[in-house]
Amino acid sequence: MELVKPAIGLVFWMVITFGALFFILAKFAWKPILGMLSEREKTIADSLAEAQKARAEMAALTSKNQDLLNQAKEERNKILHEAKEAADKLKNEMLAKAQQEVEAKIQTAFREIDIQKKAAITEVKNSVGLLALDIAEKVIRKDLKGNAEQLEYVNKLAKESNLN
Amino acid sequence: MTTAIKMNLKYALTAIFLAVFAIFTASASPQDTAKKSDKFDAGKLIIEHISDSHEWHVTGEGENTIALPLPVILYTDKGLEFFCSCNFKHDEATYQGKNYSYKLNEKNQVEVVGANNEVDEAATAKVIDFSITKNVASLFFSAALLLIIFLSVAGSYKKNAGKAPSGLQGFFEPIIIFIRDDIAKQSIGPKYERFMPYLLTVFFFIWFGNLLGMIPLLPGGANLTGNIAVTAVLAVLTFIITTINANKNYWHHVIAMPGVPKPVLLILTPIEIMGVFLRPFVLMIRLFANITAGHIIALSFFCLIFIFGEMNKGLGLGIGVFAVAFNVFMGLLELLVALIQAYVFTLLSAIYFGAALEEPHHHDESIV
Repeated sequence: MELVKPAIGLVFWMVITFGALFFILAKFAWKPILGMLSEREKTIADSLAEAQKARAEMAALTSKNQDLLNQAKEERNKILHEAKEAADKLKNEMLAKAQQEVEAKIQTAFREIDIQKKAAITEVKNSVGLLALDIAEKVIRKDLKGNAEQLEYVNKLAKESNLN
Repeated sequence: MTTAIKMNLKYALTAIFLAVFAIFTASASPQDTAKKSDKFDAGKLIIEHISDSHEWHVTGEGENTIALPLPVILYTDKGLEFFCSCNFKHDEATYQGKNYSYKLNEKNQVEVVGANNEVDEAATAKVIDFSITKNVASLFFSAALLLIIFLSVAGSYKKNAGKAPSGLQGFFEPIIIFIRDDIAKQSIGPKYERFMPYLLTVFFFIWFGNLLGMIPLLPGGANLTGNIAVTAVLAVLTFIITTINANKNYWHHVIAMPGVPKPVLLILTPIEIMGVFLRPFVLMIRLFANITAGHIIALSFFCLIFIFGEMNKGLGLGIGVFAVAFNVFMGLLELLVALIQAYVFTLLSAIYFGAALEEPHHHDESIV
């Protein structure tokens, strides 16, 4: 059957035409087209990768900033804390010092009082001695009569005398 | 509203186009039959339409034929002959060339005519016909079309470098990427790049050839990709590329499939060797048969109109409505087939290239 018998002429022209078509298209069409396509794909892939990298860098930068901020905050807290501690210490020291001074003053006052008291007592003792001598003199002067009467008299004299 | 008008216009154009096509076929057949026999010969008409021809027929028959005459180039034992196919205007016309007298026979083949108007069989056998036939002219046309389109697409790639594709470039880019990513990369693997030019050329050559064959008027209408010579050349090219690139592993698989017992190899090896040649053969037959079948179906349904029209004019008209409607449907299907066949040929070629390049697997080696 003619339909399934390849004609030599057509085979000849087909080989020549298709061959020429193939070489021209391969060199002047497919090569630049495929080259441009892969180049564009590479550019897109590169840009995407770059964007990804930039985003990662940005994130790293943000976290770094956060870290810095946190660090600063910590430092501030630390400084504040230290300052407060120092102030407290100073205050306590000052309070203690004041207390000490006050105590010292009280001590001095007590000592003073003691000294005064002793002096006063000595004076009283002296006065009492004198008084006793005075009373004894008066008793003796009033004649030594009854015991009871004498005692009453002593008491009376003692009441009359000013102890202070 | 404008879309409705557009749609109507589209339908109207389609109807006119189909009517014109029907008239061509109509004017072709009755006069033809009037001369030779009373009966309308559908088979002869169909075969004439799908076969090659020395002229590019447009319309009319006999004396009223309007056709593009094509050059006839003959290689005879006495030298080359070069003349116009218009010398064979009548069926009986003979042309006195430099070396012999020639005439066309029933099958549109050039025959040498002797002195007493008898066919000289011995001389005819020595004539090789290198004529620019309808299919060769169609081949040149589609090659030129491919060159114009893809060189301009390549040009716009250079012009639009670094920009988004536009126009034709935008239409063809996804197809080129599809062939690269879904056919070549998938089937061949990492070495796909060196096969890309062939795969792309084959794909677009077959697709454009198929589509041009569906256009019934002059630049188209030839059954180029449905011609066995054309599909044979393409299949042989695929076979040659496969064989040249085949590695040791491929031949090892063909001659002695690893991991198969020796007695089985006695059966398997001949099958595998046959398969090497059968694969391109099937490539050739598949494309040829699919495209030719499409042409035959379309022509058959138009012929039905005239077969029934011969019995009764009204019946012919009635059948005509159905035949045209069916052919519109078939035409849409053929548009799809045109693409699918191009895809299948390209895909199978890529798979064969991939098989030729395949490296041995590790588990194979362990079995060997």
